[in-house]
Amino acid sequence: MNKAFSLVVLFGLSGQLWAAPSEKDVLRHYADLAHAKYEDSLTTARALRKAVDRLIATPTEANLAEARGAWRAARVPYQQTEVYRFGNAIVDDWEGRVNAWPLDEGLIDYVDTGYGAESDQNPYYAANVIANPRLVLSGRTIDASTISKELLADELQEVDHIEANVATGYHAIEFLLWGQDLNGTGPGAGHRPASDFDPRRCTGGNCDRRAAYLKVATDLLVSDLQWMTDQWAKDGAARRSLLDGDPKDGIAAILTGMGSLSYGELAGQRMKLGLMLHDPEEEHDCFSDNTHWSYYYDALGIRDAYTGAYTRIDGTELNGPSPSDLVVATDPAADKGLRDRLDITLAKMQGLVDSAEKRGVAFDQLIGEGNEAGNAQVMAAINALLAQTKAIEKVVAALGLEAIAFEGSDSPDAPEKVFY
Amino acid sequence: MKASQIFAAALLLSVNTAVQADDITAPTTDFSKPERYEKYPGGATTHTKKLNRDSFSHPAANMSFERESDFQVGNGFFKRLWVSAPASTQAGDGLGPLYNARSCQRCHLKDGRGHPPNGPQDNAVSMFLRLSIPPQNDEDRRRLREHRLNVIPEPTYGTQLQDFAIQGHAAEGHMHIAYKEVPVELADGTVVHLRRPTYSVTDLGYGPLHPDTMLSPRVAPQMIGLGLLEAIDERDILAQADPEDKDGNGISGRPNRVWCAEDNKPMLGRFGWKAGKPSVNEQSQGAFAGDVGISVPLHPAGSGECTEREEACRKAPDGNSPQYDNLEASREITDLVAFYARNLAVPARRDYDDPEVLAGKRLFYRTGCIQCHTPKYVTREDSIGPEQSHQLIWPYTDLLLHDMGEGLADHRPEGEASGREWRTAPLWGIGLTPVVNGHSYYLHDGRARSLLEAILWHGGEAQAQRAAVVKLSEAERKQLVRFVASL
Repeated sequence: MNKAFSLVVLFGLSGQLWAAPSEKDVLRHYADLAHAKYEDSLTTARALRKAVDRLIATPTEANLAEARGAWRAARVPYQQTEVYRFGNAIVDDWEGRVNAWPLDEGLIDYVDTGYGAESDQNPYYAANVIANPRLVLSGRTIDASTISKELLADELQEVDHIEANVATGYHAIEFLLWGQDLNGTGPGAGHRPASDFDPRRCTGGNCDRRAAYLKVATDLLVSDLQWMTDQWAKDGAARRSLLDGDPKDGIAAILTGMGSLSYGELAGQRMKLGLMLHDPEEEHDCFSDNTHWSYYYDALGIRDAYTGAYTRIDGTELNGPSPSDLVVATDPAADKGLRDRLDITLAKMQGLVDSAEKRGVAFDQLIGEGNEAGNAQVMAAINALLAQTKAIEKVVAALGLEAIAFEGSDSPDAPEKVFY
Repeated sequence: MKASQIFAAALLLSVNTAVQADDITAPTTDFSKPERYEKYPGGATTHTKKLNRDSFSHPAANMSFERESDFQVGNGFFKRLWVSAPASTQAGDGLGPLYNARSCQRCHLKDGRGHPPNGPQDNAVSMFLRLSIPPQNDEDRRRLREHRLNVIPEPTYGTQLQDFAIQGHAAEGHMHIAYKEVPVELADGTVVHLRRPTYSVTDLGYGPLHPDTMLSPRVAPQMIGLGLLEAIDERDILAQADPEDKDGNGISGRPNRVWCAEDNKPMLGRFGWKAGKPSVNEQSQGAFAGDVGISVPLHPAGSGECTEREEACRKAPDGNSPQYDNLEASREITDLVAFYARNLAVPARRDYDDPEVLAGKRLFYRTGCIQCHTPKYVTREDSIGPEQSHQLIWPYTDLLLHDMGEGLADHRPEGEASGREWRTAPLWGIGLTPVVNGHSYYLHDGRARSLLEAILWHGGEAQAQRAAVVKLSEAERKQLVRFVASL
């Protein structure tokens, strides 16, 4: 009896009795998860490419719907990688190629007349590359007769140094698959017909060039994701820069990614701005009305970065040494505080998902002017992200990372940057 | 990424107040090695991220996660394209009717430096013309003397030429530039070509300009480090002023005095090419109203910069909405944008310890460039935001006005600044202009096509320094330019 009892006690306490993993173990697993997430993003982007090929070969509404479904599926793993931004310079440097937003879609294709009435400092605002094989803008000529990876990535992306000139990535593809969402803060997403890709019974003009653009943009997404997957593979540059440096810098990088995505990017740029403006254009996936899922998977990625978990697209569950394990060993209360906050945030994001999927009220409607209940629901999610951010800061303190300069090789002397 | 961010406050507790800032800010005389901390021109706000087109767009590295939200929302408004009223979104309308750009970022490309057009067909400019006339009467003279106005507006077109207008309205006109190549021979026989611009206005939309109209071209300046410049103690700037050149070194240095609408009194001017604005907030609210035609707390007219003579423009529907303080951009929005503008981080220096760069630094100091391009300051502890508090910073400016000679003169006074005077431009980050903006056009109107050309345009009070540069060997010139580019 006594023996059995003590065994139970031992098992019950095992979490605390086991030694915390090393920082290096945590970093290795964090890099493994990054590799799995980018690999899943690559796999789903390849599936998207196949669906796009089918759409171009046979432009039916059914094939367009399938391509849209494939795009939505591709967003699931990709949004979970976003927590690797901010903390990892290599991801930050690359991210604009695949997920730049917001974009002036008039650069790419035809838009509603309500879009382009105003002349502008950005002549590319309504350049419509699909309709114009030769662009004469800003006093120079761009040969767009062949729609190539180089044209999109090197010539048009951020052309004239204007960030809204987005020619590549998920949101350019999204615009091509859905078209503009002209429903304002009312229900509904973009309604591009499949015949926009059909040279034989073409709508919207230049269907061959539109199909070519979609094809090239999707190819580019696949090659960009291949590149980033490689950076996290064995001996990849992203993994190396994390594992070869001071492990404390690496842990700080994980928490920086979580903190900056939580509050600056997600709560700030992507939610609060839209709420202040009540503008349906100010949502992350504005053509497809998929924003609720994008935010949900952002939040899930943040939680998983802390708990060391990830469910792959094939259902495989990955678990391993995590920042949470490190915090438990020094400050269990801080750990519980953050875990609770991460769960609450996810529940709020689930609320946004339910609103869209069950009640048909998408994010762009929730932020609409006069929708007080919807506005309050979005504000509650923002506040959850704020509370989560404060809990992250407590964890930073619990791990003694206050004096760590969070970036690069100069970190040892960074605290001295503060003049004293 | 975060540097000591959340923790800067904790570190400040260990500040040794006995250390005299004067010792620390005295220019070095040792060029054998870099100075301590000089790699970080913005102190703890300095970012050390990868160098790319986004290098001027990062928040102060010591900013807390919570404040990053305000930074990003501010960034959202900075990028936001305004539309004309009435529009479906009450919060985003009110553009113009006259404007130079539909958003801040359209001119402050990548938060960096604007540029002149690429030829006459290019209207994608990040540059415009300021306009004014000489005082016409005693009332004008009184308002200038009391610093209530920096300039007397051109009666029809106001203080700047808006080259766009919303539908149904005429733009005010277009800036026309003619360049003439001027050869300059250096002591070693090298010939450098400078391009001398002449400005005029074409396609006037509202009748002729006043015959005495003065034009001054301005490119959009880079946005980094503005909050740090704001946090420099006024006394540290005024201590460098020498309006009568009492020390006889040929360099005067005069503070601009400009009206501070927030405090309703004259203050030291710090921002703009002639230091015409006292604070980041007033600068950005002025730009909202003048450049985008958006009403703000300090400029509440929904018609933007339309003058009384531009009657139709005055009567056009505006975007002032009761739920937003009867403004197009409420106080909440302008505060966020000012916060964003205050907190754009200066990037860490490159090659600061390279022997060639250190040799260039020695030349920069020895030829006397630092007499106006003051290397360093310690900022006030009571800065507007905690990020800027008590930092050792290296902006290379005295924020004072200097006579730059006939070559650069715009002959358009602004506040205390004469038609030959310009504010010493901060040099931090200047070497990253090609990385961020893809060009190397410098000075107030982008006439210089390289750093060397910019140096050679210096005249007036900087004539002696320019002459010293002209005498340098080719190797020395390269060192000097490499130093400036490393800032």
